[in-house]
Amino acid sequence: MTSDLGGRVVVLAGGLSPERDVSIRSGRRVAEALRGHGVSVDTLDVDGSLLAALAEDRPSCVVPLLHGAAGEDGALRGVLDALGLPYVGSRPSACRSTFDKPVASAAVRAAGVAAPESVVLAATTFRELGAGPVLAAIESSLGLPLMVKPTRGGSSLGASVVRSAAELPAAMMAAFAYGDIVVIERYVAGTEVAVSVLDDGDEPRALPVVEIAPDGGFYDYGARYTAGATEFFVPARLPADVLAACAQAAVTAHSVLGLRHWSRSDLIVDAEGRPWFLEANVAPGMTETSTYPQALAAAGLELGAVTLGLVRRALAE
Amino acid sequence: MEPQGTRLDPWIDAYAQRTQGLTASQVRALFAVASRPEVVSLAGGMPYVSALPLDALADTVAQLVRDRGAQALQYGSGQGDVTLREQILDVMAPVGVRAHPDDIVVTAGSQMALDLVVRVFCDPGDVVLVEAPTYVTALGVFSSYQCQVVHVPMDGEGMRADALREAIAALRAQGRTPKLIYTIPSFHNPAGVTQGSQRRAEVLEVARSTGILLLEDDPYGLLGFDGEVPRAIRADEADGVVYLGTFSKTIAAGLRIGWAVAPHGVREKLVLANETATLCPSNFAQLTISSYLATQPWFEQVKVFREVYRERRDALLESLESLMPPGTTWTVPAGGFYSWVTLPAGLDATAMLPRAVAALVAYVPGTGFYAPGAGGEHELRLSYCYPEPDRIREGVRRLAGVIETEVELAATFGSPTSAPVRSGPTAPTPDLA
Repeated sequence: MTSDLGGRVVVLAGGLSPERDVSIRSGRRVAEALRGHGVSVDTLDVDGSLLAALAEDRPSCVVPLLHGAAGEDGALRGVLDALGLPYVGSRPSACRSTFDKPVASAAVRAAGVAAPESVVLAATTFRELGAGPVLAAIESSLGLPLMVKPTRGGSSLGASVVRSAAELPAAMMAAFAYGDIVVIERYVAGTEVAVSVLDDGDEPRALPVVEIAPDGGFYDYGARYTAGATEFFVPARLPADVLAACAQAAVTAHSVLGLRHWSRSDLIVDAEGRPWFLEANVAPGMTETSTYPQALAAAGLELGAVTLGLVRRALAE
Repeated sequence: MEPQGTRLDPWIDAYAQRTQGLTASQVRALFAVASRPEVVSLAGGMPYVSALPLDALADTVAQLVRDRGAQALQYGSGQGDVTLREQILDVMAPVGVRAHPDDIVVTAGSQMALDLVVRVFCDPGDVVLVEAPTYVTALGVFSSYQCQVVHVPMDGEGMRADALREAIAALRAQGRTPKLIYTIPSFHNPAGVTQGSQRRAEVLEVARSTGILLLEDDPYGLLGFDGEVPRAIRADEADGVVYLGTFSKTIAAGLRIGWAVAPHGVREKLVLANETATLCPSNFAQLTISSYLATQPWFEQVKVFREVYRERRDALLESLESLMPPGTTWTVPAGGFYSWVTLPAGLDATAMLPRAVAALVAYVPGTGFYAPGAGGEHELRLSYCYPEPDRIREGVRRLAGVIETEVELAATFGSPTSAPVRSGPTAPTPDLA
């Protein structure tokens, strides 16, 4: 056992979000990686018994790997702060602004990174103004195709590309099934990349850029979590200056959003080589098909060693 | 040099074509949440095994290991334990199936029997006729053997014989002859309807006159709520029907013991296929069931199950009746585990599922019970077998709220529901005679 930690590490995984299964897989992988370094690790679900379990056997540190609401919106981390428990990852306020995609986009855009124009709308707006006129106005302003997605949530759940006006209502229904507010943004065609950021030294640094080439063209839930359904290139097949721009965009997002320890930014590189910021993740997926572990491996880093380093960092902060 | 990509699975190019449908999906992701206790799951068809006499079962198992452990823990026959096969005859007596113990092949649940039947009959591309909708995991079996599934419309009495005849004629006009007619005549999963005696005779006549083997799946036959047991189609035709039975609903699903009753030529192939697949069904599970049947009042226990499920069915139907928004309809099951719900026009049950799970209620979207693209978008299956009646009522309350919100959204986005129509049950009371 790694005795300098002063007790066990608890990995939080599961929860009630639609990404529960992804979270459990991420948690299991990180827990095993930590155990490989002699760390005593327990994996706990987030339910009514969690706080009692944490109180009964207080861990030295917590690694929240919950995806979706509560896990990524900062709520649970707020509770950990209240309990005085150190944890790996970003603080609640940074999580809140990052998890809300339009808020994050605005902040990153203000820092000079391109982000697609978008409109954020609640279901009530459509009800009050009539969906037809509102959608027509959006289509006229942003053009087609469009990306429709819930403002909160991940793994592309509820997200779809709309290539004709006729597809818009079904896309809206799909997005609203995951939340009451949706973002409709101009679809940027190009190369999809994920840039992982590791903040384990003096400055946050970008790991090698991972290019995502899903078989069906859209990196949806099936493409993300079916082994073999997506081809990845690390580093991405992009010119060096574009790779550098992607890295810079992700580090900028990490910094302006106030993120800590680790994050991942999802970007699209257009035909001119310009990276567009889509969203950032405070609890990047760590499953067998996730991009963060691939980026770590490409950088010559090992998930367990990196996580252990961040645990020590959290304990020291 | 062109950079090499990775698919994170070195075997990706080696998989058989039949694995193409095996992909991650949003629906499966949502079912992971449905397993949490906060969620009222009206999705899974888990039998309520807590109603079993568990102490008596524990004694049975203990005695089995003590007295016949060396046999129970050893390999067994590929056809199944002969004593159990004799007892299965008694279990099938209420549905009217008469056979010889040699006609029975014991399998790892009737699911394995289904797999074996399709394995010995179907080549890739062969056509299987099934009800619309049909049992989801039967579709999985047909897909894994690369069968083409053709759905036959149902009405309140299950598979329509006229539609079945038309489907066969249409296929033959294309130069194709279906290999199997797969039907669940009693307390259908997922549709919740039951073929009356007249309908059974008509379906059997179509199978006989066209020379197509009928595969009768009967997991719920003893679980009718009125006490009457529908007569199996196999009771009236021994040569043209393969009958599938199971102990999963009458004793314990976890023991994984089912069986097939088949004409001798088919049975011999099933035995050989069974040996290839599993060597033999679990001897321990078979002898446990055999001991249970010999020492416990098993049919009285079936009556207990009927009463448990009837009470839950009533809770479901009463809640649907009082809470569902206009335009929602459902079937009235006279037995078994399921009711089939049709949503108001414009609603998509798969798209609605995340909202339902967020509201802490789960169901199975209808598309899972059809071949890909063949239907079910506006339908869903509700199971009432596992949750307590109060939980069922709460689940339906939550679901009603979800549907109401979705109706409002559909109206907003130009998928308006049709003019409000009455909501309520759709199926006529099945003829169980």
